[in-house]
Amino acid sequence: MAAVTTYREALRATLMEEMDRNPAVVLLGEDIGVYQGTFRITADFLSRYGPRRVIDTPISELGFIGAAIGMAMLGLRPVVEVMTWNFSLLAADQILNNAAKLRYFSGGQVEVPLVIRGPNGAGVQLSAQHSQSLEAVYAHFPGLQVALPATPADVRGLLLTALRGQDPVIFLENAALYGVKGEVPDGDAAIPFGRAEVMRGGRDVTLIAYSRMVHLALAAAEHLAREGVEAEVINLRTLRPLDGETVIHSVRRTHRAVVVQEQWKPFGAAAEIAALISEEAFDLLDAPVERVTGADVPMPYARNLELLALPHERDIVAAARRTLYRQ
Amino acid sequence: MATKRGEAEVQSGALADADLAEALPWYRLMLIARRFEDEAERAFRRGKIGGYLHLYSGQEAVAAGFLAVLRPDDIFFTAYRDHAHAIFRGTPAGAVMAELFGRQTGVVKGKGGSMHIFDVGRGFYGGYGIVGGHIPLATGAAYALRYQGTDRICLCFLGDGAMNSGSFHEPVNMAGLWGREGMCPIVYIVENNRYAMGTAVERSTAVTDLASKFGIHGIPHERLDGQDFLEVRRAARRITAQVRETGRPYAVEAITYRFVAHGAADLFQPYRTKEEVEAWKARDPILLLERALRAAGLLDDGQVEALRREAQEVVAAAVRYAEESPEPPPEELTRDVYAP
Ligand SMILES: Cc1ncc(C[n+]2csc(CCOP(=O)(O)OP(=O)(O)O)c2C)c(N)n1
Repeated sequence: MAAVTTYREALRATLMEEMDRNPAVVLLGEDIGVYQGTFRITADFLSRYGPRRVIDTPISELGFIGAAIGMAMLGLRPVVEVMTWNFSLLAADQILNNAAKLRYFSGGQVEVPLVIRGPNGAGVQLSAQHSQSLEAVYAHFPGLQVALPATPADVRGLLLTALRGQDPVIFLENAALYGVKGEVPDGDAAIPFGRAEVMRGGRDVTLIAYSRMVHLALAAAEHLAREGVEAEVINLRTLRPLDGETVIHSVRRTHRAVVVQEQWKPFGAAAEIAALISEEAFDLLDAPVERVTGADVPMPYARNLELLALPHERDIVAAARRTLYRQ
Repeated sequence: MATKRGEAEVQSGALADADLAEALPWYRLMLIARRFEDEAERAFRRGKIGGYLHLYSGQEAVAAGFLAVLRPDDIFFTAYRDHAHAIFRGTPAGAVMAELFGRQTGVVKGKGGSMHIFDVGRGFYGGYGIVGGHIPLATGAAYALRYQGTDRICLCFLGDGAMNSGSFHEPVNMAGLWGREGMCPIVYIVENNRYAMGTAVERSTAVTDLASKFGIHGIPHERLDGQDFLEVRRAARRITAQVRETGRPYAVEAITYRFVAHGAADLFQPYRTKEEVEAWKARDPILLLERALRAAGLLDDGQVEALRREAQEVVAAAVRYAEESPEPPPEELTRDVYAP
């Protein structure tokens, strides 16, 4: 049985499912209770679960993310909502220096089963401080796991895995996807981390993407199909762990790869994946690996400039054509 | 009437004696902790210990006074000056020393070193190297203890310097809020040793009554003489009982002093005078307790000598153990990053 639902509803329903099942799950965040959540993911949670499990916090990212880590160390399973990931930088020390490393520097005595979730990526005309993709920052650090669901099925599957694992998870949603619909299987639909999905088969070029960029890649593949180019589309789903095997397997067949990300080009996820392909499949490449990324600038406010700063379907199509030497 | 009062006096005198007798094992542990720090510093000079080494000498009565009354199932967090805390809690000195030596037998298998002593089995949730970074963790941990329906409590030791960071103000405000619902059984213990490295309190904060800073977050607070074990323990008994009972936070500013440099690698201490250090040494917490025990007839020259010798032996054995322990095997490098 599968039901069609939205990305938002998948989040809500999965959180409820786990809160009903496991009393150790508590939520913390700004305005998640009385206000019902900035993106309404936690609407009605306060009345259902009470203020001990749905904790409205002050604007203290460092404080409440740190406190959530402490709760996790003592056996709770906190789920922190960051209003947007932009504000997580205030708690960077807690996430990167404590959550990511406690297991290691305690010699395995401590674990941190924590999920931090909220919207990542560009908004609409929110300019430089509110339109950032921070996955590469977090994916850089050993000890964290980084999940980026693209579809409602991803949301449920990845969140179930996050809520049942024993390590901290950076769960990056995308505000532009909250209304996206898709089929979500019921029952135990947990998607293990580190397993990419081939969303569309093709033999001419591999398009590798995650989060919102998966939808652009699928649209680009449609476009390419009309030109007679069959593009394979891979949805990575998690950056850490990264499913290099699915990527390499595909590139071995298509001999061409385009990696798509919304964030800045230098030192980003696409750079990591391009390097992986050159290490593992260099001999089989018929063209250099292409990267489609956001412009290397803080996000501008003006709508026309913002559109220039973001990757588009046409950029992916153009990159795919370049790998095929068809300009 | 007169007889009654006389009886009460006799009784309280007996209580005071019992109180002192219970302090004897803590005198012993403080001797071991002090000796441990001295030997750690020597090992550092011999190149046996790497990295940073922050010693606790001079401040012992603060941790000892509080840990003396902590229940075995209670928990605590501290910063990087953390060896004595472990020893007071019963972690074998050898396991702490082996950690400083970077050995497999260290408390955290050689992966943390001096700044990250952990003994979770004994409720010690760690030493932390980022100033102030552990304060939010301890606050959340206290919440978890209440959420789970227990009457366990959490202690959070911190330095005066840590109070100037955002990671102090944010969680302490939340503790004040959560405490209103009885959901934050934590005692914040500021070890005010007057300096953050070389920066004196007066040069880092406009309000030098540090205890009062908890007041603005609705947390009751007091100042204590951190050199006097008996006073600290008396206050700790009262405070921990109250926090356990109410689930509300409480804060203490213990006025204390470190006799040693900020870290073993700092040779010069241009921020303070020899006279200042000497004046504080006259109030050495071990000496003060020793005097009280002698005055009560609970300790004599022979016993002091025997206990000192025992401390030397315990620590010498710890150093031997550390020295003879193997380094962590290469497989240890990649272990403990994620759940097995
Ligand atoms: C965030 C941060 N900034 C700076 C340092 C370097 N540092 C280590 S200890 C210390 C002084 C802290 O003083 P205090 O909190 O009073 O503790 P004490 O050393 O006196 O025990 C500083 C500045 C650090 N470890 N973390």
